[in-house]
Amino acid sequence: MKRPLLDRLLAARAARTPVAMVTDMGTGQQTLVFPDAVHGAFAPDAERLAAVRTMLAEDRSGLIGDEDEDVRLFVNVFAPPLRLIVVGAVHIAQSLVPMAGLAGFAVTVVDPRSAFATPERFPGVALVHDWPDDALAALAPDSRTAVVTLTHDPKLDDPALKTALPSAAFYVGALGSRRTHTLRCERLRTDGVNDEALARLHAPVGLRIGAVTGAEIAVSILAEVIATRRGTAPARP
Amino acid sequence: MVESGPGMDPDVLSTAADWHAAGRKVALATVVATWGSSPRPAGSQLAVDDTGAMVGSVSGGCIEGTVVHEARAVMEDGEPRLLTFGVSNERAWEVGLACGGTVQVYVEAVE
Repeated sequence: MKRPLLDRLLAARAARTPVAMVTDMGTGQQTLVFPDAVHGAFAPDAERLAAVRTMLAEDRSGLIGDEDEDVRLFVNVFAPPLRLIVVGAVHIAQSLVPMAGLAGFAVTVVDPRSAFATPERFPGVALVHDWPDDALAALAPDSRTAVVTLTHDPKLDDPALKTALPSAAFYVGALGSRRTHTLRCERLRTDGVNDEALARLHAPVGLRIGAVTGAEIAVSILAEVIATRRGTAPARP
Repeated sequence: MVESGPGMDPDVLSTAADWHAAGRKVALATVVATWGSSPRPAGSQLAVDDTGAMVGSVSGGCIEGTVVHEARAVMEDGEPRLLTFGVSNERAWEVGLACGGTVQVYVEAVE
């Protein structure tokens, strides 16, 4: 790998730009493919370039072409990290946030109660003290974002959910019992959230693993987020 | 690929760049294909320098020794290599994958 190409790759990652390093397995030549540009030692033909960009969009690395083909490309996709937005700088969040960091998520904690969302409780984590609907609107959840509400307080959870549910977020979950969830759905429906959006809501949040402690609940939440991302989440009863 | 952060493994590519900037020889190993069960998906990377330091992984640990050996050869001659490991490999007795899968690893120099 040529050093200038490596530096360019690192710069793209720092800027959270999706990029693929494409290696011609025959010649060893390499080129970077961006969503809207190509930079490097060679330019793949139109058909292969389209295949590379599909892999870039799907966050999938691998080979293009079989062993007997004259051109065989290895495509290594570097997608920006998945994001997790946690609403509620509560006890469970103190377990969930570092766990999600280990799993590769870029985590943001939203809580207008500045006594909760402190750097002491969440060292090295992006903290937002805006009201959750404003915060969520500014953070603009995309298809690589998961949103989890943990405050147990409708004043904070509901505005976050009203903003998150219609977004492209691949996962939206809310802490709270079944009864809490029923009441929440009634409120959100009254506020104009439609049934289709409500059906997207994972609540009570997390896989059913019998979690009891804050850390165990964090494991169940993170497991459900990952399972949803991988398309293997079990159907909810 | 994720960025390095609190509690996370050091990032492979930025570490490779740092080593190279410090004047060390560096090779990069990348999983390009897997068949059957294998612990690390395509795109997984391991960086090695000429002091034997390494960061990242291309397997659960079963082939790293051989990959590091090949990486040192790549540092010397600059020629990339494509290595295949698995039960069908004639060297399976030596560095076979315990999981029964097959993995192809591309090893190149950072230059």
